[in-house]
Amino acid sequence: MADRAFAATRIPGFATVAVAVFAVLYLPILTLVAYSFNANNSIADWGGLSLQWYATAWENEAVKEATVRSLVIAAVASAIATAVATMAALGTTRRARFRGQTFIYVMINQPLMVPEIVTAVALLILFGVVRQALRGMGVVDLGLTYLILAHSAFCIPFAYLPIRARLEGMDLSLETAAADLYATPWRAFRRVTLPILAPGIMAGAMLAFVISLDDVVITEFVKSGGQDTLPTYMLGQMRRAITPEVNAISTALLLLTVILLTAFFLLTRKRG
Amino acid sequence: MSRAEDRARAANARTGWLLSAPALAILTVAAAGPLLIVLVYSFLTPGRYGNVVWDVSLDGWIGVLFTRDIFDGTLRLAEAHLAIFWRSVWLSLMTTAITFLVGFPTAWFIATRPADRRAVWLFLITIPFWTNLLIRTFAINEVIRNDGILNSLLIGAGLIQAPIRILYTDTAVLIGMAYVYLPLMVLPLYAAIDRFDMRLLEAGYDLYAGRLGVLRRVILPLVRPGIVAGSILVFVPSLGAYVTPRVLGGGKNMMIGNFIELQFGQGRNWPLGAALSILLLAIVMAALLVYVRATTDRGRDHG
Repeated sequence: MADRAFAATRIPGFATVAVAVFAVLYLPILTLVAYSFNANNSIADWGGLSLQWYATAWENEAVKEATVRSLVIAAVASAIATAVATMAALGTTRRARFRGQTFIYVMINQPLMVPEIVTAVALLILFGVVRQALRGMGVVDLGLTYLILAHSAFCIPFAYLPIRARLEGMDLSLETAAADLYATPWRAFRRVTLPILAPGIMAGAMLAFVISLDDVVITEFVKSGGQDTLPTYMLGQMRRAITPEVNAISTALLLLTVILLTAFFLLTRKRG
Repeated sequence: MSRAEDRARAANARTGWLLSAPALAILTVAAAGPLLIVLVYSFLTPGRYGNVVWDVSLDGWIGVLFTRDIFDGTLRLAEAHLAIFWRSVWLSLMTTAITFLVGFPTAWFIATRPADRRAVWLFLITIPFWTNLLIRTFAINEVIRNDGILNSLLIGAGLIQAPIRILYTDTAVLIGMAYVYLPLMVLPLYAAIDRFDMRLLEAGYDLYAGRLGVLRRVILPLVRPGIVAGSILVFVPSLGAYVTPRVLGGGKNMMIGNFIELQFGQGRNWPLGAALSILLLAIVMAALLVYVRATTDRGRDHG
């Protein structure tokens, strides 16, 4: 019967289109990766294998600074976002519905709904006002605080969703058992809930990290002079003549993303 | 209801709110709250060197559709603005149509793979989805530029003599957006097709429906919620796109997102930029309402 159902699901041409789609989806990315190893000085002509563009990027102070800045922002923002998202997920799942729960959902998912350019402009205005007020009070520079705050906010839904999914699949009876065995609520949380929840938290943190690392639009509007992250540095480079150096940076960033996503995939995979 | 129950209820709600409070605080300060400031700014007067002067004015909103003549102060319809709105809507609709036409067979293909391989195919769709949008846009740039792979291949094959100029045209923006937003169409379509009972196909064929008949009368109506979801998920970010038109469209082929940025940069008209942002937000919210209604309808059908 399974065989018959399979035959009926065949629609002529669909498989061809699908294979073509996968090819078109990956060819540009693979080309970009290939040309990052190009020995030639241009991104059009192939001149043999070389790591020179990685060396160029590695020696470029601006690239180094932007990389460190990107990683610092992504690490701090994803840690903050994951911490508050875990709390929010614990507050909004596995309990009786309460007034305002829908409001909390909407607020948490808000960054997924509002176009990035609108949030970017909103933060440009807000932080402009704050900067001016602080300057008036004699506080000069808050450094990366603005970027970290902005990134923490839009990372929250990405951290929240996998954690909530994990919580919803969890068995309440385990914690009840812990309570029956005289565990205090805090002890039950630390010894029972948290270890089971851990893969969800890790998955949420990774998504948040990737999302922060990839952000262009909001960072471009919020950053002050000399605060380029890797993506905004690349965007700036694209205005000028593009060198394969950008390919090398892209490839490195791509590799990091794929590693994190594979880990995410393995963490959230259903067992059994 | 007993007082104990009341108290338990209040405690439950209090814990829920307390645990959510830190997340809500960050989101209020750095996501939702600032939108109100944008609304306020849309009713102010532009400052000479950017920013605003705190004089209430409707000029920001009037500027969305009209320009004021510098000599006699009369209002004229701003054709340049209308062209940008039209381009944004048209390109977003085309992007939605293209991603559906190629995304539907792809989603169908994935959903009809043997169960153990489906996850891998899905993962292959998901990787580009999570890959930096800038990198993907840049990859398309390398393919379609004058000395890019596409033109090199076509010239090498002798099909064309001179390179076709695609980069910095509307077509380039369209190709780029279809490329970067395709996974957003495939994923909800896959979810809908996966839920679809394949035995209905056999029923259709048993009742002498042809392939086209089954597709039109059985498949498409039943996966409609997935089609609506995918279309909205592609249309919404397309309409607000900023990076793709900037990298592939050049300076001239602006969409609303770039037009908004212009007002905060060289345009020095923050109130107009703020009004445009609120307008974009309103359109997106309307589209999302359609989405919510379409997805709740599905729940009702099954329940």
